[in-house]
Formats: sequence, structure tokens, C-alpha cells
Amino acid sequence: MTGVPLSWYLILSAVLFSLGVAGFLLRRNVITVFMSIELMLNGVNLSFITFSYQLRQVNGQIFSFLVMVVAAAEAAVGLAIILTVFKNRATLNIDDVSSMKD
Amino acid sequence: MQLWLIPVFPLTGFLLNGIFGRRWSKAVIHTIAVGSVLLSFAWVLKTLAGLGDLSAAHTEQYFTWIQSGILHVGMDFTVDRLTAVMLLVVTGVGLVIHIYSIGYMAHEGGYQRFFAYMNLFMFFMLILVLAANYLVMFVGWEGVGLCSYLLIGFYFDKKFATNAGNKAFIVNRIGDFGFSLALFLIVVHFGTLDFGAVFTAAGGKSEGTLTAIALLLLVGACGKSAQLPLYVWLPDAMAGPTPVSALIHAATMVTAGVYMVARSAAIFTRAPAAMEAVAIVGVATAFFAATIGMLQNDIKKVFAYSTVSQLGYMFLGAGVGAFSAGIYHLVTHAFFKALLFLASGSVIHALSGEQDLRNMGGLGKKIPWTFATMLCAGVAIAGVPPFAGFYSKDAILAAANNHAPWMYWVGVITAGMTAFYVFRAIFMAFLGEYRGKGHPHESPAVMLVPLVILGALSLVGGYLFRVPGYLAPLFPLAVESHDISPMLISVAFGLGGIALAWVFYVVRPGLPDQLAATFSGLYKLVYNKYFVDEIYGAVVVTPVVSGSREVLWKGVDVAVIDGAVNGAGNRARGIGGVLKLLQSGNIRSYATWVLLGGVVLLFVMGVMGGLR
Amino acid sequence: MDVILFLIFAVIAVVCGINVVVQTHPISSAISLIGVMGSLAVLYLLLGAEFLAAAQVIVYAGAVMVLFVFVIMLLNAGAETRRGRSLLAQLLGIPLLLVFLGLMAYFAQRLFPATAMVRFGAFRGGTALDVGEALFTRFLLPFEVVSVLILIAILGAVVLARKELD
Repeated sequence: MTGVPLSWYLILSAVLFSLGVAGFLLRRNVITVFMSIELMLNGVNLSFITFSYQLRQVNGQIFSFLVMVVAAAEAAVGLAIILTVFKNRATLNIDDVSSMKD
Repeated sequence: MQLWLIPVFPLTGFLLNGIFGRRWSKAVIHTIAVGSVLLSFAWVLKTLAGLGDLSAAHTEQYFTWIQSGILHVGMDFTVDRLTAVMLLVVTGVGLVIHIYSIGYMAHEGGYQRFFAYMNLFMFFMLILVLAANYLVMFVGWEGVGLCSYLLIGFYFDKKFATNAGNKAFIVNRIGDFGFSLALFLIVVHFGTLDFGAVFTAAGGKSEGTLTAIALLLLVGACGKSAQLPLYVWLPDAMAGPTPVSALIHAATMVTAGVYMVARSAAIFTRAPAAMEAVAIVGVATAFFAATIGMLQNDIKKVFAYSTVSQLGYMFLGAGVGAFSAGIYHLVTHAFFKALLFLASGSVIHALSGEQDLRNMGGLGKKIPWTFATMLCAGVAIAGVPPFAGFYSKDAILAAANNHAPWMYWVGVITAGMTAFYVFRAIFMAFLGEYRGKGHPHESPAVMLVPLVILGALSLVGGYLFRVPGYLAPLFPLAVESHDISPMLISVAFGLGGIALAWVFYVVRPGLPDQLAATFSGLYKLVYNKYFVDEIYGAVVVTPVVSGSREVLWKGVDVAVIDGAVNGAGNRARGIGGVLKLLQSGNIRSYATWVLLGGVVLLFVMGVMGGLR
Repeated sequence: MDVILFLIFAVIAVVCGINVVVQTHPISSAISLIGVMGSLAVLYLLLGAEFLAAAQVIVYAGAVMVLFVFVIMLLNAGAETRRGRSLLAQLLGIPLLLVFLGLMAYFAQRLFPATAMVRFGAFRGGTALDVGEALFTRFLLPFEVVSVLILIAILGAVVLARKELD
């Protein structure tokens, strides 16, 4: 075997994505939830680059590049929001920031 | 000729008294009320003088009321000889009674309301009489029913009065239902409701159709004119003030049924089965009511049953084809029955409210004018010649004899009973010793003058106003028979009734009680009006009321309709409550839902989209 | 050779990913995430995306994760203690994930024929030259837009996180 089957990369991407979702669903600390989101984005990036390879075009990589930019911007703003929420609610527990009535 | 002024005068009186009357003194109120009726009466006289001999009808059309498809109904008034008779009776007797009411109602509360309603009644009655088509007549018909309800329940703080008003209106409604069905049939078969058009076209319709229409009209007439089986409201209607009983339940409203039958003669004469029904209903009612009237102790109830009985005579006359005799009796009956009621009112007024005959007596010396006028009415109603009642009743009985002798005999016996109970009342009230506790005093002149007027009319009215001759162009006179024995027999029965009353109540006062004890079962049956009210209550009223309460109210309205409407609301709330759980505010559960959606989408697109 | 490299770094990535999810203290999760990003950078290289591998390390691992660490430090976030309250997520989450994973794996297998292989060096179009050329010609508009996006993000972050002037 001289190469790696393409489907393995995709499966790896799916696994990373699922891990990210799992983290999102199961963790309570809001920062950890954010990091799970980053994990999801990374999984998707891998998938894009895999397809870029498959099609022998650079477009997938451009996509991935833009995803990275957006992820960075989102991380910045999201963390700023977390800071503000922490200032107001004094908690980092994602379940406690809901103010909806029961 | 400006016929519209005739009803509009009382309408104006109603509006003025109704809207502004509260601030006015009693003098102003009754001046307006009586004045409006007086103007109406004067206008009637002027109109009739101006119209000449009225061998053809004079019609005035004012505006189109309904124009829908084939049906065109105009607000039209017409005057022919029949209308002329009715107009004179309604406005003339109405005027007299209005004047009487000034005195009678002087000490009662609600003066303004009384006169306003009385004027409103005159308005509707005149519309009924002047109508040129069935629908305008129906407007008047319903309107007088409304005024009757308002006036019967005049003392609205007395439960029995309001109950009586309800009873009158509801029983009338049953009759009106029949009338309405008749109207529908007329529209279907004739395409119009105009009297002229309907009566000229009546010849071409099948007998079955005409019989159906006539029978339904008869139902309506039974309700309004208190015939069997819809008479039960009239005795209870005595709960209203006495002038109301005189005007509405003696002289005018209850005669509307007779008028309507006479007006529809063209239909009835072509439906012999319906005519027979009219006659049978009339003679049965006359007999039945007379038997009850003989035993009543309330003076007004005696005359109420007497009214029912006399109306039966009128229907008998119409039913055997003598329409003009029926109308003749209507006219004379208006005189003497109104007088009987007004005189009773005078008696009641003299005794400050006492109405039970057993507590009266010896009033002849104390209130002589009332006594004298009541005697005039008594001899008139008993059919003693040459007073008013004799002519009209004789005309009816003669026609009945020509048609079916058994009706004649029942009518004659009823005439005897009529004389008996009227004079029973007169003797019990005016002769003998005073059995009550009050201080009888004579009524004021404003009440006595109408009594005297009506008394004079009761005596000479039959002789002066030869109604059948006047109505001959409309209702051809029957062949005169030269056998005067029926007439003699009926006069004999009348005199016999008076004599019997004399014996029972003057000569041997204990005799009635002895007979009552001997025939106690029969006495109780008749005294309790044959328990008709109780039977109606059990058979009709109670099932309808409890059916409405249980089935329609609780079953349908609460369970079904409220259940559906509230149930829809509750289901919506329930669904909302379930859906609310989705909106928990919990981010992680939102994410789970998103994931679920995503998985489902993948599954659908991938697996089921053909990617095996 | 490719296979071995792939397997090593894939395993590292997965293990670090699991660690991100499993660790209680956020700082441990952050470190593990850096590990994931590093492994992914190598995998990108194997796929011929040189520029992106470098960008991954510089931007993601170098800047974004440092931002995360700074915030963790600023908020003094400690280890998680209490139980969560979302029953739904706990019940349905794992099964759904497994289903999801299964579906993705299944599709991946079906869609791509077994002969498609990834060989290091088979795709040389991922150099900085190629990326730059695409970015400044065909994808110029997205590039400009995304720069505006960054500007907005900076402004937003500054506004949100500043101290209120009393």
C-alpha cells in the first residue's frame, strides 16, 4: 500500500467532528464548550483539504483558509462575550446562564 | 285622503309621551294621549265622509317595503266598508276608553308609561286594520301582541302579572307561527301578499292549497282571538289594568282574528273544510268558555271567559258563511263588553281594589250610575231585544241554523249560559247586602261619562248600525228566512238565563252552594277551568322547559359547543405546553435537537435518497 | 510510509480530541487541543497543503489557543464540579453521535472508491504561490470581505471586553 485511502481521512474528520459535538453536548464549562467548537471546525477543515486533494484543485484549501479566519474572529468575539457574561453572571456554567422561566 | 295620518296621530302621542312624558304633569300626558286618539277618530270620520259610499276600495300606496325576486310588498293602506267598520270601532271605542283611563289610572303609578303604551297599541291596531297586504297586517298583528304583553305586565313588580304577560305573548306566538306558515304558502302559491291580488287569484287555486292556507290562518286567529286551544292566555291577561282589559282584550285586539278571517273570506269560502273547522272551533269555544264563566268568582275573570265565548260566536258566524253577522257581533260586542269591563273597573275602583264577587253586594244603591250602565250591558249581551246584542247574536244563530242545526242548539244553550253568568255577576255585585269591608264610593265623572256613552251604544247600537246591510257589497246577504221560531227560542233561552240567575242569587242565595256540594266533582272540574292550564303545563310546558334545560342547555350548549370551543382552546394550550418544553433555555438540549435534525437529514438524503 | 505517518498522527489527534472532551480542567483541554491542531498540521502536509499547514500552526495553535489560555487564566476557571442539568443531552447525545458517526463512515466508504489513495507529493498545488494566486484573483471578494470581518471582530471584542468608564 503506497498511500492512505481517501475514506480514512474523511472518517478521521468525522471522528474529530463527533468528538467536538460530544464535548459541546456533555461539558458544562463554557470555555470547554468553545474549545469543542474549535475542534469541530478543525474536523471540517480536514475534510475540505481532503476534497481539495481529491479534486486536485486549490479551492478546498481556500475554503479552509477562510474557515480558519472566521474561526479566529469568532473565537475572539466569543471569548469577549464569555468575559461579559462572566462579569454579569459570575458563573462559567453553561446551564446557569439561562434566564428563561421554567 | 292621507290615510297614514290615522295611525300616525297615536304614534306621535306615543313618541311624545314616551320620550318626554317623565317631565310632564299628568294633565299634559293624558291630554296628549287622549288628544291623539281624538284626532285619529276625527280623521277617520273626515276620511269616511270624504270617500263617499265606498263601494270600491280606496287604496293608498306609500313606499316599497320589500322588492325581492317575485315578491313585492308595499306599505299600502286600503279602506273599504269592512275597514270603515273596524276603524270606527277601534278609534271610537278606543277614544272612550282612553277618556275613562284618565280617571281610573289617576291614582296608579306609571301614568306616563300606561298612556304611551295605549297609544302605541292604537297605532299598531290601526295599521293592522288599514293594511292592504298580509305582511303589513302581520306587522300590526305582532305589534298589538307586543303592546298586549307590555300592558298585561304593566304592574311589573307583581310576579303573576309578568307571568301572565309572558303567557299571552308565548301562546300568541304559537298562533303567529301558524300565521307565518300561511304567509309563506300564500307567497309560494300566489307570488304576492296583496289582498286584492290574492283574492282575485284565489279562484284559480286548488282547494287543497286554499284549505291549507285557511287552516293555518285559523291557527293564527285562534292565538290572537283566544279560541280553543289557545285561549288560555286571556283569563290570565286580566292581571293588567281594567282599561287594558276593556280595550285590548274585549273590543279590539282579540277581534283582530275575526277581522282577518273576514278579510280573507275569498280564501275561506273556497275551502269548505276550513270553514267547517272555523265554525266548530267557534261553537265549541263559545260553549266551553261559557261553562267556565258560570262558576268564576273574580268579576274580571267572568267577563274574560265571556269574551272568549263571544269571540266563539263571531267565529261561528264566520264559519257558517255569515261573515257580516260575525262582524256585526264584533261591533256590538265592542260596545257591551267594553262597557262590562269598564263598569267592573268602576266597581273595583269603588271598592279600592276588591275583585271577588263574594265580597261584594248591595252596591246598586251605593254606585247607581255604574249599576245602571252595567245593566244596559247585561241586557245587551243577554240578547234581549231590541238591544244591541240581540240583533247580532240572532243573525249568527239564524245563519248557524241554516247551516247545521246542532250548532244552532249549542249556540242557543250557550246564549242561555251567557245571560246566566252575566246576571249572576250583576246580582252578586249589586243586589243584596254588602258583604265586604270597604267604603264604596261612586267613580268620578271622567269615568262615568264613558260608561254612559257605551251604555247608550249598547242599548241602541244594534238598531242604529245595521252592519250586515252596510257590508252587503262585500259579503252578500244570506237569504232571509221567514221562520222566526229560532229567534224566539234564543230570546227565550236568554230570558230564562236571567231568570235562573235571579232565582239562584236573589231569591234563594243558598241554592248555588247546595248544588255545588251535590255535584262537587263536576263543580270542582269546571271551577278549575277543566284543569286545562295544568294539563298544558304538564304536557307542553314542563317537557319543553326541562328539555331545554337538560338537552339544549346542558347537553348541547355546555357539553358540545362550550366543550368544542373550550376544548379547542385547551388542546391548543396543551400542545403549547408540550412544545414549551422544547424552549428550555438550555443550550445543550438545543444542540441535541440540532444534532437530531442533522442525523435525520443525513439519513433521509443519504440512505433513502438512494445511496445504498 | 504514508500509512505509518497517517496512523501515528491520526491516533494522536483522536487521543488529544478525546482528552479535550474528557478533562475536567479547561487548561488541560486547551493543551490537548493544541496537540490536535499540531497533528492536523502534519496531516495537512501529507495532503499537500503546505501553506495551510503552516497557517494552522501559526494562527490556530499559535494565536487562537493562546487567546483561549489567556481567557482561562483571566477568568480563573477551575475544574468543573457540579453535575449538569440537561437530561436530554445526556440521554440522546451519545447514541445520536454514534449513529451520526456510523452514517458518515458509511457514506465515506460508499462515495469514494477504494482505489483513491493519498500519496505524499501527489498534489503539488498547495504551495503559497498557488494559494496566493487563487486568493488574489478568483477569491478576491471573499478575501476582502473576510478582512472586514476581522476588523469587525476586533472592534467587537474590544467593545465587549473593555472596562466601563465610570
